[in-house]
Amino acid sequence: MARIIVVTSGKGGVGKTTTSAAIAMGLAKKGHKTAVIDFDVGLRNLDLILGCERRVVYDFVNVINDEATLNQALIKDKRCNQLYILPASQTRDKDALTKEGVGKVLEELSKTFKYIVCDSPAGIERGANLAMYFADDAFVVTNPEVSSVRDSDRMLGILSSKSKRAELGEEPIKEYLLLSRYDPKRVKLGAMLSVEDVQDILSLHLLGVIPESQSVLSASNAGEPVILDENSDAGQAYVDIVERYLGEDKPHRFIDEEKKGLFGRLFRS
Amino acid sequence: MSTDSQSTSASSPAFEFKSGVITIPVLNLLSTDIHVITHQLREKIKQAPEFFTNSSLLLDLSALQDQELNLALLVDAIRNSGMRPIGIRGGTADQHQDAKDLMLPIMAAQNSTSSAKQEAPVKVEISTQKIPEPVASTAIASTIINQPIRSGQRVYVKGDLIVIAQVSAGAEVMAEGNIHIYGTLRGRALAGVQGDESAQIFCSDLQAELVSVAGNYRISEDLDESNRNTPVQIYLNNQALIIKNI
Repeated sequence: MARIIVVTSGKGGVGKTTTSAAIAMGLAKKGHKTAVIDFDVGLRNLDLILGCERRVVYDFVNVINDEATLNQALIKDKRCNQLYILPASQTRDKDALTKEGVGKVLEELSKTFKYIVCDSPAGIERGANLAMYFADDAFVVTNPEVSSVRDSDRMLGILSSKSKRAELGEEPIKEYLLLSRYDPKRVKLGAMLSVEDVQDILSLHLLGVIPESQSVLSASNAGEPVILDENSDAGQAYVDIVERYLGEDKPHRFIDEEKKGLFGRLFRS
Repeated sequence: MSTDSQSTSASSPAFEFKSGVITIPVLNLLSTDIHVITHQLREKIKQAPEFFTNSSLLLDLSALQDQELNLALLVDAIRNSGMRPIGIRGGTADQHQDAKDLMLPIMAAQNSTSSAKQEAPVKVEISTQKIPEPVASTAIASTIINQPIRSGQRVYVKGDLIVIAQVSAGAEVMAEGNIHIYGTLRGRALAGVQGDESAQIFCSDLQAELVSVAGNYRISEDLDESNRNTPVQIYLNNQALIIKNI
């Protein structure tokens, strides 16, 4: 049985798609057969971040409507043979998704895949609800600012009350906090919420902190998941997150400002 | 080491006075016949021994309307039955004297005047209820929630609500009875929503958007800074919402 992970947040622009791509690639690189599904029907982005936009023939909605088989729609990643992408439809909207259809696709994927990562759209409407409905684990991506934290809190409420697990009275979805675009320097100046502030408000298990990084933007534009950029701090943060999720004990990084060495201090402009 | 601990114990307070509210059964006496009372009481205890045995008990004499009553005998009989009288309420001056002799405190009667309350050196508030019928004891419905109540969630309960977690900003908890929150209250809490003015709110960290008892509310902006981020008790006093640090 596959483990279904939803990457969600409520708020837009916090890094859900970046995280979905990185996490899926990270799990696949660890040797687990992983599928990542773009639930953002009408605003397809995941294929761009993963650099497979030129190979999209069929999409998620085609599979739901039985216009294509799952195997026809799944795109195999060129860098890692354990990773498959199910892109969203750009010409439809979220009403094209049905609970039965999504359930059917997830069930079929579960037969052959180890992990299924669902990239949720922003908001709390149909697309987001269906992305999280079947989930076993939820990665809640939050930026260290109040509106993002509140939206995440709202999403956590929905996770605990409207998911399939909640409706059937099963063990609740496991929720993890991913704090993205974190800048310890601005936290120190009081211009950004700290890890402790966010955890205090959300009371949630912290899976990792992803620092604000230029490499995220350049990786997105290049269609390379940032996790493949071993030199970038954001990439390393995602590697840590995947390993922590898989049960490895890794100390948290990127929470405190890096101490500058003597040379750093001397040459600081 | 020993001198250290001695000096600290001498300088630091050994106790503090606090007011507390507890709910205890009240025995509303309708007869002065000790045999009849004892017999009926034992029958009741038999039905729910776990509930009654060693339970404290307040004796209410106000319904006896000045009839003679041997309080010492009655208290003895009740103790032998397994319950623990802790005070009396109502009754005559003679009965009050009897209670003093028995070292039983005299509580203010339910519709007491303010002067009667001032007599008590340490104010102990006791909210009372009739002895519940053993079968009805499950009907004192308290709802316990032990996971965070998130933004956008609403909780409504008929009895008391106990939350052993936080209530997030944008969440709303409502109870017809009292609300206890053993976590941070950042959302809205409304107690006594059906008009029960004796309902109270307790929370261990007040950062609420709004608190209300029986429709008397206060919004975040109007909270006193001294109450913010502290454990508080919120109740009504003559239609005025009182927020007190505890």
